[in-house]
Amino acid sequence: MKFTYLDHIAATPLLPEALEAMLPYLTEHFGNPKSRHGLGTRPRLRVAEARQAVAELIGATSPEIFFTASGSEANNMAIKGVVHAHKKKGNHIIASGVEHFSVAHPLKRLEREGYRVTWLPVDRCGRVSPLDVERTICPETTLVSIMHANNEIGTIQPVSEIAAITQKAGVYFHSDMVATAGIIPIDIGVLGVDLAAISAQSFGGPKGVGVLYIRRGVRLAPIIEGGVQEDGRRAGTENVAGISGMGAAALYAKAHLGAEGERLAGLCHLLTQGLLKQVPLLHATGDPHRRLPHVASFAVEFTDGEALIRTLEQHGIFAASGSSCSADALKISPVLTAMGIPANIAQGAVVFSLGAGTTEADISTLLSVFPECVERLRQVSPLYRAHMRRVA
Amino acid sequence: MDNHSTTPVDPRVLTVMLPYFSERFGNAASASHAFGWEAQRAVDEARAQIARLLHADSEEITFTSGATESNNLALKGVVQRYREKGRHIITVATEHKSVLDVAKRLEEEGVEVTYLPVASDGLISPDDVAAAMTDKTILISVMLANNEIGVIQPIAEIGEIARRRGVLLHCDGAQGVGKIPVDVREMGIDLLSFSAHKMYGPKGIGALYVRKQSPRLRLVPLIEGGGHERGMRSGTLNVPAVVGFGTACAICEKEMPMEGIRLTEMRTRLKDQIFLSLEEVSLNGHPTRRLPGNLNMSFAYVEGESVLMGLPDIALSTGSACTSAAPEPSYVLRALGVPNSLAHASLRFGLGRFNTHEEVDYVAGRVTQVVRRLREASPLYETAKGAVQRA
Repeated sequence: MKFTYLDHIAATPLLPEALEAMLPYLTEHFGNPKSRHGLGTRPRLRVAEARQAVAELIGATSPEIFFTASGSEANNMAIKGVVHAHKKKGNHIIASGVEHFSVAHPLKRLEREGYRVTWLPVDRCGRVSPLDVERTICPETTLVSIMHANNEIGTIQPVSEIAAITQKAGVYFHSDMVATAGIIPIDIGVLGVDLAAISAQSFGGPKGVGVLYIRRGVRLAPIIEGGVQEDGRRAGTENVAGISGMGAAALYAKAHLGAEGERLAGLCHLLTQGLLKQVPLLHATGDPHRRLPHVASFAVEFTDGEALIRTLEQHGIFAASGSSCSADALKISPVLTAMGIPANIAQGAVVFSLGAGTTEADISTLLSVFPECVERLRQVSPLYRAHMRRVA
Repeated sequence: MDNHSTTPVDPRVLTVMLPYFSERFGNAASASHAFGWEAQRAVDEARAQIARLLHADSEEITFTSGATESNNLALKGVVQRYREKGRHIITVATEHKSVLDVAKRLEEEGVEVTYLPVASDGLISPDDVAAAMTDKTILISVMLANNEIGVIQPIAEIGEIARRRGVLLHCDGAQGVGKIPVDVREMGIDLLSFSAHKMYGPKGIGALYVRKQSPRLRLVPLIEGGGHERGMRSGTLNVPAVVGFGTACAICEKEMPMEGIRLTEMRTRLKDQIFLSLEEVSLNGHPTRRLPGNLNMSFAYVEGESVLMGLPDIALSTGSACTSAAPEPSYVLRALGVPNSLAHASLRFGLGRFNTHEEVDYVAGRVTQVVRRLREASPLYETAKGAVQRA
């Protein structure tokens, strides 16, 4: 059976360009960049090149790019690092209620340690209001952490408006950009954030590499220490092959994301319009306009998201019912809950994320089987039958 | 000949990794579909291979990005989790920086740290460990084998003491795992850090062994989020690297006895050739209780750095790559009581799987040649030789 893979948020196939950039550093150029003999030279130069490529992808300079082992690590490093380094100033943090677990969980731990976290609400589209940020900042606030975009609902946050507020207040602003970097154009200077987390695998790079952008002059306490790597801010022998792959993917993304973004947004539009037309009691979630080009998200009433995913898989279609990081743990997405979507609707969440390999034919395949998959599930739902009797 | 710094990826390891870069690209946490299951199965298999090398259980292996992260997780994780029990830890002056720097940070936070001295052969005395323990001690951190001098610490004896006193034992196994036999149960190890790239696996992947029963250990994680690795370390698993790590461990398990003999033979040959052709050469660290591939020597009257410059075609080092930005003499050699002049005059040879006898002979010859040349140009050496001749 031919597969229709629409779960690029969970895992994206490695770009051939990235793999090609990795292989020499898994074979002949295997040296440790910190070695001073000849074997260290090529790896050291390649790490510098990759750092430059990632810097250019987001409009930063290479000394502001720090490699980590994942976007999750970068988020942890930013939050714990800033909060601990500036605890003399205060113990208050502001975050949105729709952050990824790698932001929310470190913050929950800080709450247990005595820090005060203000969790900002979001509107029906999943957006934070900059006014709320302005209203809740106080002299004790050291950090605001609001993601650039949420990959479960696709909503892009008003990051630059929030940055204007944090800059005026002299508060650090961290943004989880795992869902956006390499997908939509980013100029970090224009956005105005002080820290940003990025993941290579979001844009065709390898798993196991991420980046924390740290604006020049921002002080933070390291979470992994004991070596001179990454300017002493993140110790551990560099994952040269992985970093090289991330560099190649960044270069590719910078050249292609504009056109690719338009193409994917077009396919998402087709998908969304098609489903809305064909399936009753189906809602598109997230912001209809300010959204990621490659994510189409829905809540399907009288349907269980997990069951729907499994039914689609029987037709060779791979999608997700929420974040893969939480797929095991939860039935109802906390993101949808924060948006005020009732539990009985939120449980029917389904997320399609498109990528380089996605074509119009994939969308047609999905549109041709999705309605009957939903119908099949609804037929066995007593709630749905009751509902139909009510409307009839 | 710098296999302590890093090792090439074994071609057999690379072969098993490749499919996971391309057609098997799934996320091991995508529990709902087949791409995820395939990745999950591969990760499970690798975890089992890694556990087997240590005589541990699969559930006791937590993947990290490397031994440095593992060391950070072990020390910070235990100290935070068990702070009610006590605020004292014991470690050793010759540990890797990723243990010592973390210990220093913990000191700043009010934790009491005892740094045990080592004897002139680099070994610590288990009696010193016992004597340093107090009612407040929660953790002992001792490396399995040293990254500069290769000396293998008496972990099993320390493990027994730790066990008797109800104190946890963490062991930095970055250099030793895969090179010498490790049995976490028999050695009484509660936490063990190690890294794939020191054992012919890829960079960017490591693990922390965390004992799961008697006692069942819990740590405060460094990296939180999706709750991967049983909540101990969040972040999407680097599936190709994990798979490569597993195979690297399986190969080490199978080939360790023969490889150990071969490397010991090569090391002895290297040492003997250098000792035979040069005078005033000293061996740093215990002569036999060291990693099979390790040799660390001081060449009086020359600078180790100058020797390296004379050997541009040979990959050698004077010490740890992780501190190589610092011009100070090795703190490890200083801890052994090696005088500054000889600490500056040291070279570290790290023999590995892909070195040959021919390379050994070549390196011995070249090192001898360069040391002789440097000594001839050294006024210090001339004076010393004159003094000997006059006497």
